[in-house]
Amino acid sequence: MLLIRCPYCEEERPELEFRNAGEAHIARSANMAGESDDDFEKFFFIRSNPKGIIYERWRHMHGCARFFNAVRDTVTDRFVMTYKAGEPKPSKLPGVGK
Amino acid sequence: MAKAAARKTTPAASSSVERRPALAGRSTTAAAVKVEVLPPVERVSLRAPEASAAALSKALGVTLPKKPKTSASKGGRTALWLGPDEWLVIDEAGNDPLADCAGVAALHSAVGISHRNIAISVTGAGAAATINAGCPQDLSLDAFPVGAASRTILGKTEIVLLRTAADAFRVECWRSFSDYVFTFLSEGSRDAAV
Repeated sequence: MLLIRCPYCEEERPELEFRNAGEAHIARSANMAGESDDDFEKFFFIRSNPKGIIYERWRHMHGCARFFNAVRDTVTDRFVMTYKAGEPKPSKLPGVGK
Repeated sequence: MAKAAARKTTPAASSSVERRPALAGRSTTAAAVKVEVLPPVERVSLRAPEASAAALSKALGVTLPKKPKTSASKGGRTALWLGPDEWLVIDEAGNDPLADCAGVAALHSAVGISHRNIAISVTGAGAAATINAGCPQDLSLDAFPVGAASRTILGKTEIVLLRTAADAFRVECWRSFSDYVFTFLSEGSRDAAV
């Protein structure tokens, strides 16, 4: 079973306790009513879907119930690192060559 | 007025208002494990920012734990850390923790959930193996020592797990799931005995 480190529980927990919550770092516009249809489509529907490193939101649903961010490799399904919600995108990833 | 009258009535005085907890009296004994339904207790779901924790701890008489996966117990009252600002308070002494929280001016949310949960005790040498039949967490004494508490899953349902002794656990689950959880643990206890 995949073990995922919850930054709030400060330990690795089994994947069954977690829920994926989509791509991370998608900023919601402060003026949503003023968004053009194209911009709204990009914000609401269009996701990067990369092959390789992806930044995602996860929730420790059956644990502390907190949302946090995770860096995952979509090819190997390996979790590179996790960090608390609200923290900036990590500039350097451990164990990942550029 | 009717409410006040009902409060004064003791359960022994009137059989028509007798409290019948779910699963009352059910128990299973396998070779190495005993699974029992625990008597009703008072429970509070407590949410509060860190700044309110001290005042609430004082009112409750038990220090709210700040470390993940821990619990604190004093005078029959146990506070379980569930999240960074969330605790489950269990009172087995018959006092009402909700009333104690009501007098606290510091920002908090206390919700009485006494009847929402059913507690099941799993005791015996095979207690950890029984729970591990459906719970993926590491329940070895190193990873989950006595006093450790965590919200987790058992089979398809969410439970709150508290280790009360090296070979004893308290499993808290929602009332409507209690039949499933009890049966699951009973089956698990049979496997643990093998």
